[in-house]
Amino acid sequence: MGKLSELTKGLIKENPVLVLVLGTCPTLAISTQASSAIGMGLAATAVLLGSNVAISLLRNVIPDKVRIPCFIVLIAGFVTVVQMIVEAYSYTLFQALGIYLPLIVVNCIILGRAEMFASKNGVAASALDAVGMGLGFTLTLFVMATIREALGNGTWMGMEIPGLSGNGVSVLTMAPGGFIVFGCMIALVNQIKKKGGAAVDTENAGCAGCPSATACGKQEARS
Amino acid sequence: MDFRALIIILLSAVLVNNYVLRQFLGICPFLGVSKELGSATGMSIAVIFVMLMATAVTWPLQMYLLVPNGLGYLQTIVFILVIAALVQLVEIALKKYIPALYSALGVYLPLITTNCAVLGVTIANINKEYGFAESLVNAFGSGLGFFLAMVIFSGVRGRTEDSEPPEAFRGLPITLISAAILSLSFFGFNGVIENLFG
Repeated sequence: MGKLSELTKGLIKENPVLVLVLGTCPTLAISTQASSAIGMGLAATAVLLGSNVAISLLRNVIPDKVRIPCFIVLIAGFVTVVQMIVEAYSYTLFQALGIYLPLIVVNCIILGRAEMFASKNGVAASALDAVGMGLGFTLTLFVMATIREALGNGTWMGMEIPGLSGNGVSVLTMAPGGFIVFGCMIALVNQIKKKGGAAVDTENAGCAGCPSATACGKQEARS
Repeated sequence: MDFRALIIILLSAVLVNNYVLRQFLGICPFLGVSKELGSATGMSIAVIFVMLMATAVTWPLQMYLLVPNGLGYLQTIVFILVIAALVQLVEIALKKYIPALYSALGVYLPLITTNCAVLGVTIANINKEYGFAESLVNAFGSGLGFFLAMVIFSGVRGRTEDSEPPEAFRGLPITLISAAILSLSFFGFNGVIENLFG
């Protein structure tokens, strides 16, 4: 696999949110406004880049048995750094993201990439993987937020859209709208995959990185 | 702080600000473990347990150790470490002293470390400036809300698994759409608290 494909696979083919279905909580919660969606995406990308590079560098030092706690501490460190940077330079974003900013620690995408990729690959490949996955996450959040903000609120990036403003379907900006839009987007990706016949083993790719895999029943079903 | 305030916190955490359906915390287990009633209850009880324990430990840590020493910025690291350690301890203790409970909850405990609802509730308690009793009540209510959503949704899942939606919607998409309808039905609780206690 070439270097470029490490970068691009996260955008569509192995999109962390729509194909691997990781990191659903922030995706649903922060996608009501396009501007905060970009902020969330970039914050998560920064943490992912930091943690992937650090874990890749330390992959021969960290004992296998305690690797998950080690990964979590490393990730929490990077999250704290990002938290402080966001609070210092963009206080409005800090408030918009609220509790979801510290919760990047438990975002499955980051632990999943650490476990599945960075702990097995070199630094350069891990960094490219992190940027690709992070951009895939950001892009998905941005598209979803655009749909929800435009149709639900009649605005985009805070600007009013002529014709749509005042006619918003406000339920889309509330909790149920998040579930509906997310469901429809995954259905769309399923449809495209079926037509394109892309042969990515999504079940394996998604489950190996998800700590819930042992309990969610998919593993027994496969074996 | 009176008894009434605690009841209001409890009810609003369970019904109005339901963690899963209104605040999107703990979505992974909600989608992953809700296929059967048995595992949904097991997971939820383990979550309530860990939420209470985590709040009981993190709140005093934040108030008496981190804040007085000007270490508030270490909150995220300290809290996730406490939760991870706590989950391990609970697992070991249950295995040794209450094997029956361990065999029922054991599978779910390791997953709780990465359940964002647990970290979420401990941070939310600090952000909302709750006292110790209020924090515990809020943690219990949030756990109970998670339990309620899981149990209701496992019933819904039983039906959607058997139904035949369009092919692209099979699996996760139809589950998300049904979650949206469930979330919509929780709008019915808006204003309940004000009307009961206002």
